[in-house]
Amino acid sequence: MSGKDRILGRIRRALPDGPSPDGPSTEIPRDYLHAHGVRTPAERVDLLAAHLTEYRAVVHRADGEELPALLTRLLAERGARSVLVPPGLPPQWLPAEGPTRVPDRETSTPYELDRVDSVVTGCALAVAETGTIVLDGGPDQGRRRITLIPDHHICVIRVPDQVVDSVPQALPLLDPTRPLTWISGPSATSDIELDRVEGVHGPRRLDVILLAAAPGTQ
Amino acid sequence: MSGTYLGMPPFPAAAREAVRDEVLRGNLRRATHTIRDKRARAVAELADWDRLRAAGKAVKDHTLRHLDHYLLQLEEAVTAAGGTVHWAADADEANRIVTELVRATGEREVVKVKSMATQEIGLNEALEAAGIAAYETDLAELIVQLGHDRPSHILVPAIHRNRAEIRDIFRAEMGDWGRPAPASLGDDPRELAEAARLHLREKFLRAKVAVSGANFMVAETGTMVVLESEGNGRMCLTLPETLISVVGIEKVVPTFRDLEIFLQTLPRSSTAERMNPYTTMWTGVTDGDGPAAFHLVLLDNGRTDTLADETGRQALRCIRCSACLNVCPVYERAGGHAYGSVYPGPIGAILSPQLRGTGSEIDASLPYASTLCGACYEVCPVAIDIPEVLVHLRERVAQGGPVTRDGIRVTLRPADGHTAERAAMRAARLLLDHPGALRAGERLLARARRLAPRRLPGAGRAWTDSRELPTVAAQSFRDWWARERSTPR
Repeated sequence: MSGKDRILGRIRRALPDGPSPDGPSTEIPRDYLHAHGVRTPAERVDLLAAHLTEYRAVVHRADGEELPALLTRLLAERGARSVLVPPGLPPQWLPAEGPTRVPDRETSTPYELDRVDSVVTGCALAVAETGTIVLDGGPDQGRRRITLIPDHHICVIRVPDQVVDSVPQALPLLDPTRPLTWISGPSATSDIELDRVEGVHGPRRLDVILLAAAPGTQ
Repeated sequence: MSGTYLGMPPFPAAAREAVRDEVLRGNLRRATHTIRDKRARAVAELADWDRLRAAGKAVKDHTLRHLDHYLLQLEEAVTAAGGTVHWAADADEANRIVTELVRATGEREVVKVKSMATQEIGLNEALEAAGIAAYETDLAELIVQLGHDRPSHILVPAIHRNRAEIRDIFRAEMGDWGRPAPASLGDDPRELAEAARLHLREKFLRAKVAVSGANFMVAETGTMVVLESEGNGRMCLTLPETLISVVGIEKVVPTFRDLEIFLQTLPRSSTAERMNPYTTMWTGVTDGDGPAAFHLVLLDNGRTDTLADETGRQALRCIRCSACLNVCPVYERAGGHAYGSVYPGPIGAILSPQLRGTGSEIDASLPYASTLCGACYEVCPVAIDIPEVLVHLRERVAQGGPVTRDGIRVTLRPADGHTAERAAMRAARLLLDHPGALRAGERLLARARRLAPRRLPGAGRAWTDSRELPTVAAQSFRDWWARERSTPR
């Protein structure tokens, strides 16, 4: 008998009373909150900023016109000579001058990615209540590994459009068939005497830019 | 479950040793209190915690009651997304499947994400026997592996080690496994984490095969979910060409939406954070992003036997947050190793004896490793009534009764060592049924109170090893009552 038949047989014998479900999760009480509080869009963005900061991400604000200068400064502060760029990153975000742009290629080896200093991406959405950024591999985010191997990740969130209050609000907006990466603050460990140390394997520095539409546009 | 540590003494003996270790007690006390206080604050932030807890419990119970349905649905979804599903009835079968899958890649080493399931089945040892090196990449698991040690906590497995010990382990052992620690390595956690980063990075970058577990599997979509903090999980889950995930069958949830409950309750219960730094979700394989081959090994290994026990099956709701460890007065003093399994603390005391059966001395002793204070139930994010299961398992150990082992219904004999207890209970029943005999016995006892020993002889000795015998009253309550009532006021 195969492992599958054996396991399924055991389950059915263990549950002599188990009826076939009519639909998924029909009997689940879902009276928990859809969001913890009522906020204006601006308050939602402020809460996201506060929670990101609490987890030692560094939060900046800019509009479209200010963005290239801010990115230039953040990359220069880290001494970045090269920056990974997903295929769909808006070209006007990065300054024409500046670190060498390394495109996100399927053929790049992990060793090649390890030599790149920084990476700039957009995101799928952000969750204010938990201080979380979600990446789904969209054109402005690239493959999962490009936000993992370089030591410095700059993530741009379009506010307030890409910000939701809560986890229950985030899930319906995501496509589970895409690879999803949820990021709440930079990599961290508390394994040694519970002392929190940032940056073990993922980027040790996470800069988050809250990108508002430039005044007069939109 | 083959995870009994060889030669492990039963809990009381192991705990006695651990309680004498003052460094261990100090480390544990500090760790458990820090995490439990932070957790309480994180939970208090959510006004709907009780409702989330009830929903989490309901999702898990619903899934368990329809486990065959959801596993088949999961298999279909994973297969449709380009993954391959394997079914392993026990540890040997799971280890054989994983070993064969690694062999088929031609590789001789794998990187591993921290996973209780692979520890439970002894996968590292099985791979080693097949000539395959398995590298743990979670910092705490690395400390445990390099120290030739056993994990002592579900969330922070190296909590029993302090920084100086970790530095010594890194200095002595890293060189044998790969990049050595710098000769000047100090004991600052930052320096130690940096040494681990460099040591492991060379493994991540060259790894072709990774082995993981999963926190959740979504039946509806075939999505796998791993929560972590360091990024070692992301490294293992995205860089290698082949990914093999070994996951207990109880980790399945019906819908993608169900994650909205557990993504709120698990991080807060576990690390006391609003959200853990990294969560990775993947569905089968994605062209050009992440592993080209994905294998899911669904693990039974005693879970269906646990499912067959209507009281005990609630242990399968566990989402491995470890909140119950941090509030347990017994765990805090005895430490993780005394439990003799990869699942320590209150959840270990009910899970291990069900997964492995109560045949061994250590497993028969685990249901007694508790004061039944109920703190573990209070903090459990899926409302497992651990005290209820403990009492149920104690009865099973002492009285015997029907259980399912390897899918077969058998009648368990009472465990050795409980003969005296049963005799005492029978004697008590006799006395309580015969008030005259009870009265006479009480009077006799009161008269002989000066002769009462400090410690009981024979079978009662173990009980009085760690307890004071109560003193015998000068007169029985019945006599006192009779006298009080007859004395006019």
